[in-house]
Amino acid sequence: MITGSAIFLALLEGSVGAAVLALTALGLSLVFGVMRVINIAHGEFVMLGAVVAWWCSADLLGAHPLLGFLVALAVAPLIVGAIAVAADWLVLRRVNYDPERTIVATMGLLYIIQQGVLMTYGPDARPLDPPIYFRVQFPGFGYSGYKLIVAGLALLLLGATWLFLARTRIGLYMRATRLDSETAQAFGVPVKRVYAIVFALGAMLAALSGVLIAPIRGAHYLMGADPLLLSFIVVIVGGLGNLRGTLLAAAFIGIGDGMISVLFSPTLAKIIATLLVAAVLVVKPGGLARSTAS
Amino acid sequence: MSGAATRIYAFHLAVIAALFLVQFALPAYHYGNVTRIMLYAVFAIGYNILLGYTGLLSLGHALFFAAGAYGAGLAAHWWGFGPIAALAVGIGAALLVSLVTGAIVYRTTGVAFLIVTLMLAQAAFLSTLYFNTITLGDQGIVLSLPPIALFGASLRLADPMVKYNAALIAFAGALLLSLWLLRSPFGRVLVAIRENEARTRLLGYNTALYRFTALVISGTLSGLAGALYCILFGYVGSSFASLQYSTEPLLWTLLGGAGTALGPLLGAGIMFYLIEFASSTGIEGYMIIVGVALVVITLWFPEGLAGWFRRLKRVRS
Repeated sequence: MITGSAIFLALLEGSVGAAVLALTALGLSLVFGVMRVINIAHGEFVMLGAVVAWWCSADLLGAHPLLGFLVALAVAPLIVGAIAVAADWLVLRRVNYDPERTIVATMGLLYIIQQGVLMTYGPDARPLDPPIYFRVQFPGFGYSGYKLIVAGLALLLLGATWLFLARTRIGLYMRATRLDSETAQAFGVPVKRVYAIVFALGAMLAALSGVLIAPIRGAHYLMGADPLLLSFIVVIVGGLGNLRGTLLAAAFIGIGDGMISVLFSPTLAKIIATLLVAAVLVVKPGGLARSTAS
Repeated sequence: MSGAATRIYAFHLAVIAALFLVQFALPAYHYGNVTRIMLYAVFAIGYNILLGYTGLLSLGHALFFAAGAYGAGLAAHWWGFGPIAALAVGIGAALLVSLVTGAIVYRTTGVAFLIVTLMLAQAAFLSTLYFNTITLGDQGIVLSLPPIALFGASLRLADPMVKYNAALIAFAGALLLSLWLLRSPFGRVLVAIRENEARTRLLGYNTALYRFTALVISGTLSGLAGALYCILFGYVGSSFASLQYSTEPLLWTLLGGAGTALGPLLGAGIMFYLIEFASSTGIEGYMIIVGVALVVITLWFPEGLAGWFRRLKRVRS
């Protein structure tokens, strides 16, 4: 029986999921929008973020889990960003960001990161202590306070990224490169460096969302598949490379996925979402939103 | 037939003959491996028709492989079909799935095409998990099929020789089909689409229809590989529809050389033994070799090994 409080719970779960998803998908969307690179390894950056969060909480054993969490929030983006810069420099730049070749290369990157983590971190799914533990009492059920904080942090990070893109010089460079990389270069924008920074920024956003969800889902070397699939879906439904569309689609897909997962089954939710994307791409190959809007 | 065409057919027939003869000399371990490699090569030949000839990058060929495997496996498991009938159901299922997929994706190319194919394959993969009362999900279906009666002889599917020669027949058929296809007027149009679709359309060809047909042939061949794999090795499970089974034909084709007839066999064979070697070292994350291979190919061998050999020959002569 689906009761009112069950629907409310599902809505809440969906909203938390949507906020984190928006963060992950924004990274993928930025990379595609500016570099025209489809990063198949994006989900692995989420996984790396979660694994780093686990290391931080395990290495600071005895200290409060909040300390480990805060350290992870600072360290994970740095480590993952460095890996992304290395991947850009060693691989993507060398094939001149050719769309099809970068897809194959990032698919290789997916295997290298995933199997590398399997070699070092092992095959187990490891749980993390939540950094903060309290329950919020709603009529009919109690809800984990940490999840609400996750949603708040994700929104905060989204806002920060938005300000970075809108207000800083490098953000301006990124937007210029997205619109027309050749003209941007002609006006003195260091396009190659912008590409490296964008790839790192996309990976850092993924890593941050990995840190955020680690205390909820734990850390596991195969956990990158779901975020990859869902952020692909979001980026396409929102219009390839359209940032505002990405955020709208993340809200829509995230809440829908969360609600169907809670009320019916997570697998069914993913099947519906994937078929939705296929339908969208067939009807409008550019995605639902107009791709000319920012 | 021109002299060049005769030479090309003679060369590929010699490869098939060599594969036939080598079975009398192979030790048991390699015997089983070559059987699998030939089946993977059929899968990759199917994939190559799309990527190598038509220039369409699919990230969802696990969909067709799984359609063939599940078509055969479900028919044998639930309806008690014999091997031949189950194989036919598998191929029919792959053909049907290819037609439906083709009807959905025929308007898309490039990035949109690869994402739609990825999404459809993921939907299929998740469906095999969701409908686990029918597919038995992750665990999969283990089949024990009756022997095939042929010309009075009874062929047991557990017999390695039956497996080897069944795989060889499928491989020979797929190889000759792809050779013939590439040299036929139809194949020429596919190559023209790969090189420049807009110009081909201007010449009056309905390129969308050609792409659709290429996808159906490619998907059905991939499904044939899946169906035969399921029957010969008596197993089908969700993993057949997973992303790994979409990545592998791409890897085999790129490694061997996209758009070459023997590239898929070469790529599947090398990759199979590389993975065998890596897993024999006992390292847990041995699949890292797949990632390294993908990156190395992208950086240094964009034309694959067959393309690289061909260029070497051209430079020398």
